[in-house]
Amino acid sequence: MKIEILGGGCANCAKLYENAKKAVSDSGRKATIAKVTDYAKIASYGVMRTPALVIDGEVKSEGRVPGADEIKKMLK
Amino acid sequence: MDIFEQFASWLVNGVLGVAAESRASDVAVYFVADTVKISVLLTIMIFLVSILRTFITPQKVRKWLGGRKEGVGNVLAALLGVPTPFCSCSAVPLFIGFVEAGVPLGVTFSFLISAPLVNEVAAALLLGLFGWKIAALYIGTGLFIAIFAGMAIGRMNMESEVEGFVYEVRSKNLKEKKMSLEERIGFAKSETIDITKRVAPYIVLGVALGAFIHGFVPVGFLAGIAGPGNPLAVPVAVLIGVPLYSNAAGTIPIVQALMAKGMALGTALAFMMSVTALSLPEMIILRKVLKPKLLALFALILAVSFVAVGLLFNAIMA
Repeated sequence: MKIEILGGGCANCAKLYENAKKAVSDSGRKATIAKVTDYAKIASYGVMRTPALVIDGEVKSEGRVPGADEIKKMLK
Repeated sequence: MDIFEQFASWLVNGVLGVAAESRASDVAVYFVADTVKISVLLTIMIFLVSILRTFITPQKVRKWLGGRKEGVGNVLAALLGVPTPFCSCSAVPLFIGFVEAGVPLGVTFSFLISAPLVNEVAAALLLGLFGWKIAALYIGTGLFIAIFAGMAIGRMNMESEVEGFVYEVRSKNLKEKKMSLEERIGFAKSETIDITKRVAPYIVLGVALGAFIHGFVPVGFLAGIAGPGNPLAVPVAVLIGVPLYSNAAGTIPIVQALMAKGMALGTALAFMMSVTALSLPEMIILRKVLKPKLLALFALILAVSFVAVGLLFNAIMA
């Protein structure tokens, strides 16, 4: 499973990264988490508000910071 | 005395037992009344705009604006910028998304200017602290500047001054989930809590400073340097606004107190607009998609517009 955090490096992006990390360790799943800061790549996902959460290539949330519990549900 | 001042003096003089008519009471009542009034207005306003926001997403906006002509496109873009949540970190992906969808450059700029300049937080604060006339004046001139500046940039054929990679991006179309009414209300609730939490510290700080100015700075203190008689005050106010980063929340309460001490209306408007729309961090972020020439032009057009608005209102009010 591949999780990507899309965002130019604002405070909310860091928060989303932490939430995703917690969600992964809580769920006991194996997943890689990567930060995507390149704007061309961010835009290519169709995302126009950051931070965004992408799981296996699919945009799960945009322009907000879902909590660890919510992300855990998205992992299923 | 309005209901908020009545509540504040009941709390300060009655419950806390601060002697009325004293300077401490004066400052404390001012602080409590303004904080409570702003909090109430802010909560209502953010909630309503957040509901609207679930209908107007950037994905829809860029579809509506794609291929629009000058004029109608700029007006529409400026209006749609109002309910759009704007954090300067989203300026770049928004810009790329719009250009890619075929939104003309000038129309894109109308949106990029209106989104931070005219928003519900500034509207709620202006309404609460200055009344509806000045709130309407700010929103009206803000929209006008967004339309005008976007049209001006659109006419200068600046397409080559956008970084080349922007034109190469091909994006997927995000599928948007249909939201039920409950989901919209749920979203609006969490937005309201989020935004209020984010701006609250600035408002408290701004109102506290405002209360201090209200209590300790003599009336008419600023009439000489920032009053209508000094034309230099407007450009200086705009310049001071640039490094102060987008805290309409903290600035507006301070400006209200400064106006009571003699700062002219036009100078105050120009200063507030400069603080919210012209910020150094945003310029640095926009540099990723705009070449220096276009970036400088963008900043210059905005600065000149704000100075013009300031001078115009000072002349009208004088």
